[in-house]
Amino acid sequence: MISSFFKELFNRVNRGYWSYLIVIGHIVAGSFLVYTQPRSNLAFLVLMTSFMSLYFFTTSLRFKLIAAVILALVIIPIVGARNIFYLEVIFQISVFAALALGLNIVVGFAGLLDLGYVAFYAVGAYLWAFFGSQQFYMLHYAPGTAPAALPFFLPGDAFYMFLVVGVIIAGLTGILLGLPVLRLRGDYLAIVTLGFGEVIRVLANNLDKPLNFTNGPQGITPIQRPTMPDFAVDWFNSVFGGVVGHNVSAAVMYNLMFYMFALAVIIVIIFVTRRLDDSKIGRAWTAVREDETAAIAQGIPLVKMKLAAFAVGASFAGVMGVLLAASRTFISPESFSFMQSIGVLTMVILGGAGSIPGVILGAATVTILNLQVLQGFSLYLNELRQSDAVIPIINFAWKDLSNQLDPAKYQRLLFGLILVLMMIFRPAGLIPAARRKRKIDLEEN
Amino acid sequence: MIRFLKRINVYELVRPVGQMVLFSLGSAAFMSAIAISLALALDGTAVGASLMDKYNVSLYTYTMLNLPQVIIDGLTIGFVYAAIALGYTMVYGVLEFINFAHSEIFAVGAFVGVELLIALDGMGILAGASLGMAYAYLILAIILGMMAAGGLAVAVERVAYRPLRGASRLVPLISAIGVSFLLQDVIRLVESLTSGQFNRIMPTFGNFDSRIVFGKIAMGTSKLTLGISVKSIIVIGSAVLMLVGLNYLVNATRVGKAIRAVAQDRPTASLMGINVNRIISLTFLVGGLLGGAAGVLYALKFTRIDPFVGFFPGLKAFTAAVLGGIGNMTGALLGGIVLGMLETFAGSYMGVFTMGAAGSEYKDIFAFSILILVLIFRPQGLMGKHVMQKA
Repeated sequence: MISSFFKELFNRVNRGYWSYLIVIGHIVAGSFLVYTQPRSNLAFLVLMTSFMSLYFFTTSLRFKLIAAVILALVIIPIVGARNIFYLEVIFQISVFAALALGLNIVVGFAGLLDLGYVAFYAVGAYLWAFFGSQQFYMLHYAPGTAPAALPFFLPGDAFYMFLVVGVIIAGLTGILLGLPVLRLRGDYLAIVTLGFGEVIRVLANNLDKPLNFTNGPQGITPIQRPTMPDFAVDWFNSVFGGVVGHNVSAAVMYNLMFYMFALAVIIVIIFVTRRLDDSKIGRAWTAVREDETAAIAQGIPLVKMKLAAFAVGASFAGVMGVLLAASRTFISPESFSFMQSIGVLTMVILGGAGSIPGVILGAATVTILNLQVLQGFSLYLNELRQSDAVIPIINFAWKDLSNQLDPAKYQRLLFGLILVLMMIFRPAGLIPAARRKRKIDLEEN
Repeated sequence: MIRFLKRINVYELVRPVGQMVLFSLGSAAFMSAIAISLALALDGTAVGASLMDKYNVSLYTYTMLNLPQVIIDGLTIGFVYAAIALGYTMVYGVLEFINFAHSEIFAVGAFVGVELLIALDGMGILAGASLGMAYAYLILAIILGMMAAGGLAVAVERVAYRPLRGASRLVPLISAIGVSFLLQDVIRLVESLTSGQFNRIMPTFGNFDSRIVFGKIAMGTSKLTLGISVKSIIVIGSAVLMLVGLNYLVNATRVGKAIRAVAQDRPTASLMGINVNRIISLTFLVGGLLGGAAGVLYALKFTRIDPFVGFFPGLKAFTAAVLGGIGNMTGALLGGIVLGMLETFAGSYMGVFTMGAAGSEYKDIFAFSILILVLIFRPQGLMGKHVMQKA
């Protein structure tokens, strides 16, 4: 009843100029709130949800594009430059959105459950970490024993080349893993990919001997970034300095740049995904996903099609890995655990497997829950611990609450709950993938 | 009484014991032969020389000295894997679905059992207990762990899997992954709320840590000790008992016949008057009971447990189930023992044989390599061809 009320309300409002007014109003209100209250999480949420109203309200395509570009390329960078915590949140959302979109090709389109997706991310990250740091010259030193002043193997600008190399290497890894295992049924594939993810993590942890490739659990640092021209910082400060309120440093500018890179990757992924979906391959994927036996009967080369999905998904993870290594300047095996893989899967499932806007929404929701809600809850608990407050009825002093109880670390609980609840109540996700209506235009033929 | 004894199917009691002995001896002999021949082959090379430099012992002697302990350890962990693998394989046989949360059901069993023993220890009961009472408490802990794990398994099936029956294959699997993650953090939450940390150490009591030594054989300058720790005997003994019991339940009782019928053909079984939902619940219960007991035994063997303790044993047990042929109970037993042996041998000898380049740190991914190889070359598993009983 409530949902039908909202549907009715939405339909009433979503017509003519009203929808334009509401979208613009939402964006302006969000920007205004964040501008006046730079520390409020709620204001930030209002701004972020303006993407959703932009998506849901019926406006012209040109308006949508212009509004999205202004939001993503002007308003959000300014907000991020004013408060670097938001910048971190936005950057993580864009990284995870890209990863989730990549996994979406594998899980959502081809229907292959990949539980070790982060392994390809790790391949990309370690690729640039190895060549973009001093690690090449440390091959013969045990971790921690290398002399301090070693040269860098490649200049930082080789990063751009490695974006492409990362795509190729991760794609090849995907094919190599996929070749033997893609013949298996779906649930075996899940376990094997899980195993592969663990293999990559254990290798990263232990390949510090006999030759020191990965520097073991300590991880590789420093990793180079592409050079940032001085005039970029000056230009940003001269144009936006007034709005931001202070001059930004090169470090913040770097973060903005990597956010832009991630956005660019997202746009490429969306473009590729949509084109693939419209192609013969995309239709083959749908057929394989819905009914393997029927797909074989139609003459679809099963393994080849699955391999294509696997490789495309893997290569996007690879390029994001290169990006991550450069933006963080430090990577360690910790960042590529099984939990990360499940986190990305949670984003895909929450948003809706196979649905591009859904997956982006899922990535944003999970990241915000993770970074803002759970951590906010942690901070709140810590405040309670410092205070003398007591829970009234059971007479429990907050001071005595265990320090181990840190909600920020309970991501597994979050992921698990989302996965189970979505599977039971809304298996198609928050924004289900629309089944494409392929009309045959009789007049044209 | 005599009529009761007459009704016992002795064959179904003896057959699994025979299988276990055969599998254990066979895999032990096979792995030992490989280790010894590798040692002999590498003794003359740089590998043997480096060992000689370090410990002044030839590679062959080193291998032989460690062999009895390695075999016992392999068997112990192998039986634990087998007990967990049976939970996977039974559920798979009935529902064709990987119960991903089984590893957490194992962990819950371990925690409940260990918490009971910790509580008893806190009351000072364990310290003064006689040997007989110590065993009684251990058995109590195992039973409690079994009950908790069995109940949880049934509850999980009811809440998270049953509503999804009939959906596409990936849907219950994703739900199971969710349950697995959820349970890990719930255990952590409960444990850290009650005591401020989430690791638990099995209290030491009874004579479980002592070793029974049978004798010594002189080997060059050192002596080869033949012995077995009491712990290992308990783990192997209880696992054997449970496996025999399970085999009897499935192969020689009416309920077992119903389970086999449901596994073979669910709609037809339901037409024959079998309550399919009850049988599925029962399968989860039995799998959970075995998993819970395996959890307590695991805690007894490795002493320290944490909420994520189930992850690796669970995955390896699944590997064992696939190795033996998933859905096949004898296969799970064989797979568990073989995998336990392989892993222990690899963990103990790989470091020496490769001169420290790849040692026991690769033990955990060893199972996955086996899994991938099995799935490529023999996807139906070692015993998958002739499915004698599919339960």
